[in-house]
Amino acid sequence: MSQDSQLTPERWNASLPDSIFNQGVAGRRALTFPKWDGEDVSADLPDAVRRAAPADLPSLSEPEVMRHFTRLSNLNHHIERGIYPLGSCTMKYNPRVNEQIARLAGLADLHPEQGPEDIQGLLGALKLLETGLCQITGFDACSLIPAAGAHGEYLGMLVIRAYHLSRGDTGRTEILIPDSAHGTNPASVVIAGMTPRTIKSRQDDGRIDLEQLRDALSEKTAGIMITNPNTLGLFENDIQEVAALVHAAGGRLYMDGANMNAIMGKSRPAEMGFDVVHFNLHKTMSTPHGGGGPGCGPICVTADLAEFLPGPWITANADGSYGLDKVPDADSDGIHSYFGNVGIALRALAYILRLGGNGLTRATECAVLNANYLLARLKPILPVDHEVGCLHEFVASGRSWKENFGVRTLDIAKRMLDYGVHAPTIYFPLIVDEAIMIEPTETESKESLDHFVAIMEAIHAEAQSDPDLVKTAPHTTPVGRMDEARAAREPDLRFLGPCNCAI
Amino acid sequence: MPYVPHTPEDIRSMLDTIGLDQVDDLFAALPEAVRFQGELDLPDGLTEEEVRRFFIKAAARNHGQLELTSFLGGGVYDAIVPAACDAIISRSEFMTAYTPYQPEVSQGTLQAIYEWQTYICRLTGMDVSNASMYDGATALSEAVSMALAAKRKKTVVLPANLNPRYRRVVTTSMRGEGITIVDAPVAFDGTVDIAALTGVVDGDVGAVVLQNPNYLGLVERTNEIQAVAAAAGALTVAVVNPVALSVLQTPAEFGADIVCGEAQPFGIASSWGGPLLGFIACTDAHKRRLPGRVVGRTTDSRGQEGYVLTLQTREQHIRREKATSNICSNQGLNAMCATVYLSMLGTEGLQELGESNLTRAAALRRRLGKIDGVEFPFAGPVFNEMVVRLPRPAAEFRAYARTRGVLAGIPLDGFAECGAGDLLVAVTEKRTAVDIDLLGEVLADFLAGREEVSS
Repeated sequence: MSQDSQLTPERWNASLPDSIFNQGVAGRRALTFPKWDGEDVSADLPDAVRRAAPADLPSLSEPEVMRHFTRLSNLNHHIERGIYPLGSCTMKYNPRVNEQIARLAGLADLHPEQGPEDIQGLLGALKLLETGLCQITGFDACSLIPAAGAHGEYLGMLVIRAYHLSRGDTGRTEILIPDSAHGTNPASVVIAGMTPRTIKSRQDDGRIDLEQLRDALSEKTAGIMITNPNTLGLFENDIQEVAALVHAAGGRLYMDGANMNAIMGKSRPAEMGFDVVHFNLHKTMSTPHGGGGPGCGPICVTADLAEFLPGPWITANADGSYGLDKVPDADSDGIHSYFGNVGIALRALAYILRLGGNGLTRATECAVLNANYLLARLKPILPVDHEVGCLHEFVASGRSWKENFGVRTLDIAKRMLDYGVHAPTIYFPLIVDEAIMIEPTETESKESLDHFVAIMEAIHAEAQSDPDLVKTAPHTTPVGRMDEARAAREPDLRFLGPCNCAI
Repeated sequence: MPYVPHTPEDIRSMLDTIGLDQVDDLFAALPEAVRFQGELDLPDGLTEEEVRRFFIKAAARNHGQLELTSFLGGGVYDAIVPAACDAIISRSEFMTAYTPYQPEVSQGTLQAIYEWQTYICRLTGMDVSNASMYDGATALSEAVSMALAAKRKKTVVLPANLNPRYRRVVTTSMRGEGITIVDAPVAFDGTVDIAALTGVVDGDVGAVVLQNPNYLGLVERTNEIQAVAAAAGALTVAVVNPVALSVLQTPAEFGADIVCGEAQPFGIASSWGGPLLGFIACTDAHKRRLPGRVVGRTTDSRGQEGYVLTLQTREQHIRREKATSNICSNQGLNAMCATVYLSMLGTEGLQELGESNLTRAAALRRRLGKIDGVEFPFAGPVFNEMVVRLPRPAAEFRAYARTRGVLAGIPLDGFAECGAGDLLVAVTEKRTAVDIDLLGEVLADFLAGREEVSS
């Protein structure tokens, strides 16, 4: 296979289908319902409580519905199409067996009001997942309830707040957050009723500045939220000292586990000195991102924080059966109607069982290998400020392209789309100018990474010879750059026209 | 290694490029003191077939709604899951894509979200919907926050007949924000007591919540509640069952400002309560306070129409601690599933869905009403769920019915005006006359003291 032959921009033979609301024809239908097979009864719903007119929806046959959504699907980049190196998102392959098991009868059809007598197999599986996540992090207790990473952060903050309040320590309302953190961190702190306080990270390597930390700690400190490795892909070398300082000041340590893929089997949050960590199972444990969820954001905690986890708790009985304890009542705290995204948790367990302890460690090793290989190959054309010690991802800077060719990081990202790969995360973290955050994940082969490098080299050459080509990219995608300003200024957020009047 | 392509030769060659001797050198930056020693105490990896067998065995130890006859509801229903929905959301293009940050290669997801937003607006009568929320409870929590922020008030009124699981989530969330929660009592007919409501809604109240149908299954006094809220300058937040909006008055018609709820019955498996599909929508006046992702239609550099994430200045990745919410990942693929489901219905299909729920609810009432001792404590109209009052404890009946293969309902003891004999029973379009007759037979046996014979 010739490398060069792959470097033609990929022509995307797909165009946007008409809105589904324009496609209906009165009288068509895809879904029908079983006829009532009993005695005649009439539903006495008074007109006063009925809607004035039926909802105007498009009428289509099943083949038309399938064709519409299949045509839509052709407009998406996705993992099975090509590399998806979004930094901090861990876009690894989503195994198909995970999907199969979550849809099994006996798992997918359980109602949340069914009790332990009907769900022994489910409870056993969920308990096994809790145990596995505790083993990976070194902690003692786990809650699978959070439905996403940010939801896990929220629960983690509630747990830390409850811990302080249980000790009568009502004045601890401040959570320290490095300026390199993901935006969900400060937002989660606020929603949990505390106040975020930003601390500047070190200019030279983006790690936590111990001086800044010492200055910020006080009797108001409830805790600190740290992403480790941080959003530059760097491990916090001083983490034990950070932990000692925070603990001495009376605070607790929360680890944003978005980057767990960098450290499985290599280092555990408990031994680093953390008290709480959340997983993004849709990142680290291969469950699908789904175009924006559903994810699953379990948290693991130290033994002394376990009592603050919300119910129900899954208990393993001596006879091998499972039960539910601390079943919520009217006065209980809660963050979800039921037990969170159970179906996603099951997929994650399938992944963990498939890989085993050694396999998870191997996944981390190859994720870090891939990132460092890509860094080594790309740095001649794309400088990386903080390359020493990079783990599963790295943050390059498009600064020199901007200075030399007038081509910005956004332009580079858009041109990549023309070559059939997804752009990395850009302009994050905020502390790197023209940031390009690249996380290849372990499921990319060496050839795939080489292909990616060849694309970057090709774009680099284009930026020198024909910068406008890059600045006006993408050219081969179904649509060009969108007018986002207009979208925000004149919001068009739903289809307004009538349905089923095409003919 | 099933999902990692690296051969030993690949690894050697890649390490050479990096300039390292061995894989372990990649982790040299980790301080020795925090290096994990040994191996993770997890079982060895399994083959795919072994993984599948593990879950098939686990599933076989459960008893779901395909095996049993379910009358469980309370927010999650035993609804039809069309094959087409699953086929679409199993497509890698939708399943494995990220949040559509690069619109040029995400138009599929973006247009689908826009269509979802349109469906929610058409069902509710609202002007704007977001991409989805985790579930109905978290959607309500966000809706209340929105309303209080809009009114700059710190008090919310929750009805006593609100889904207790939703109330718990809202209460937990409001405590952090220092919000006062005031209860609106329920009248003897199971709906909100309007006189009592008027008494508690004063100028400090920023939001009045109503649930329609309420947790007891009853159609609520929506117009009257909204009038009380509006008179005091508060916003009306409505929790609705979107399936019931096939036939029931829309929240727009009764003047709601913010609407939320649970859309699981639109083609999504119940999966012991997750992943579900929360939704939130509002009038145009509040669109810049909506949490989460919102998609808008615009034009591109080539003059074509297309879609893009918009109004992002509300969101956490821009606003950080000043964001309207911390939500990032939501329930995107489930919203896709529901969008396919609604596309399969059309106007007539949606009405048929609604009427089939109404018919089965009426049939259930008639069948159970023939049994001596069974009462229906609340007389008002229902959609697909109702309270059945038994002369013996509902919890005992539930346990007995289970021995007959029936999931009879949710005991309501202690909730609102309910006592030990009260059971919340739901039907959906899936229940047949045989199913309903079975429930009647089992209940008659139970009340006649024939448990031993049958079990």
